[in-house]
Amino acid sequence: MDLLTFGKTGWGDELFYATLMTIAVAIAAMLIGFLFSLIFTPLKLSNNKFLNFIGNTYTTVIRGVPELLVIYLLFFGGSGAIMYVASIFGYFEYIEINAFMTGSVAIGIISGAYSTEVFRGAIQSIDKGQFEACKVLGFKKHIYFLKVIMPQMLRLAIPNLSNVWQITLKDTSLISVTGLVEIMRQSYIAAGSTRDPLFFYSFAAVLYLILTFISMKLINRLEAKYSRGF
Amino acid sequence: MDLDLMIISFPKLLSAALVTLKLLSISLIIGLFIGFLFAVLRLNKNPFINKFAYGYSYLFRGTPLLVQIFIIYFGLGQIEWLRSTFLWVILKEPYWCAISAFALNTGAYTSEILRSAFQTIKPGIIEAGKSLGISNQIILYKIQIPVAIRQSLPAYGNEIILMMKGTSLASTVTLMDITGVAKHIVSTTYKPLEVFLLAGGIYLFMTFIIHNLIKYLEKKYSFQ
Repeated sequence: MDLLTFGKTGWGDELFYATLMTIAVAIAAMLIGFLFSLIFTPLKLSNNKFLNFIGNTYTTVIRGVPELLVIYLLFFGGSGAIMYVASIFGYFEYIEINAFMTGSVAIGIISGAYSTEVFRGAIQSIDKGQFEACKVLGFKKHIYFLKVIMPQMLRLAIPNLSNVWQITLKDTSLISVTGLVEIMRQSYIAAGSTRDPLFFYSFAAVLYLILTFISMKLINRLEAKYSRGF
Repeated sequence: MDLDLMIISFPKLLSAALVTLKLLSISLIIGLFIGFLFAVLRLNKNPFINKFAYGYSYLFRGTPLLVQIFIIYFGLGQIEWLRSTFLWVILKEPYWCAISAFALNTGAYTSEILRSAFQTIKPGIIEAGKSLGISNQIILYKIQIPVAIRQSLPAYGNEIILMMKGTSLASTVTLMDITGVAKHIVSTTYKPLEVFLLAGGIYLFMTFIIHNLIKYLEKKYSFQ
């Protein structure tokens, strides 16, 4: 337990900040994922074959390729790709993207594929009559989406989104390969310098368990809130 | 795009795909046994056994696979007295460490899949068996298990794909699976885009095959 004290002698404060970093990456990734699903869910639901194809390609490819590979590709290939784009615009300096950005974007792309599937499923399971009723009543498109479809969709989507959140939270551990100091990386550093890997990795496992436990409790509350009246 | 590099690294990645497949199949087989055992324990009426099985699946589903691999590979090897037991045969090899982590992980998910499959069997089917005077054991083997397997096929197919993606973590404990080889090639050529895209393509192809295999099985064993 001495190893976990705060201050210069222990690893308590380092692990505490690392936990905050894990939470930050997970939330950023989840939000980026929502952005991606905001773009790709309509594509997947579209009647246009080409748009449909783009949407399906995104979810199929990302869900069929290991997360670690996506992270490697973005981490090692990302700066090269950005420099290539920059060179087109006449900028030839070396560009380094920081680990937090690459990490959140990489995990965000992955979590986006999962949440796209969740939103697609939720919208598709809303009764067709609801859409027709809105049209008959002459609602404007954005109003009927916001006031009628969205609340029902959220209720259906939240249980599955909670799974996506758990996956995203656990995927953040893979970011440690890029050197970003989150729980896994900090445990690796601590285990290396104290030669006590068993203790620190087990403690990391406990931290993840606490995070998943707390988030499950919070999500259950959210779920109760959105299923009012059902 | 460096096409030559892609052509040169393709056979290397393909032979690494064999390592991935080996890791996957061995851990799936062991995981299936573990999953079946814990699914039965979960359905046990004794609260202690029940809670124990729940704790197992909660522990392994609530922590990242990477932590589990690291605890087994780096952590358990640190305990002195373990080195003199037979477990050391497993723990000194990264290959078997990775497999045991994968098997324990997929076992936890499989137990949940099988448990829910057992619980969703319509009671009418079992009652029909009982009213025909079939013994409980035969009801289990000839009715409950086949129906449960059929019901868990789609979810288990997803689990196989998740596990296949999970095997890429074996590269973090020095194993040369597809990701490991791809990373090695990148570190010597520094052409990340070509090599990782190629590796991704191989993974995608494997996902495609598994997906269609499960679909075929689902059709074959459908209730119609």
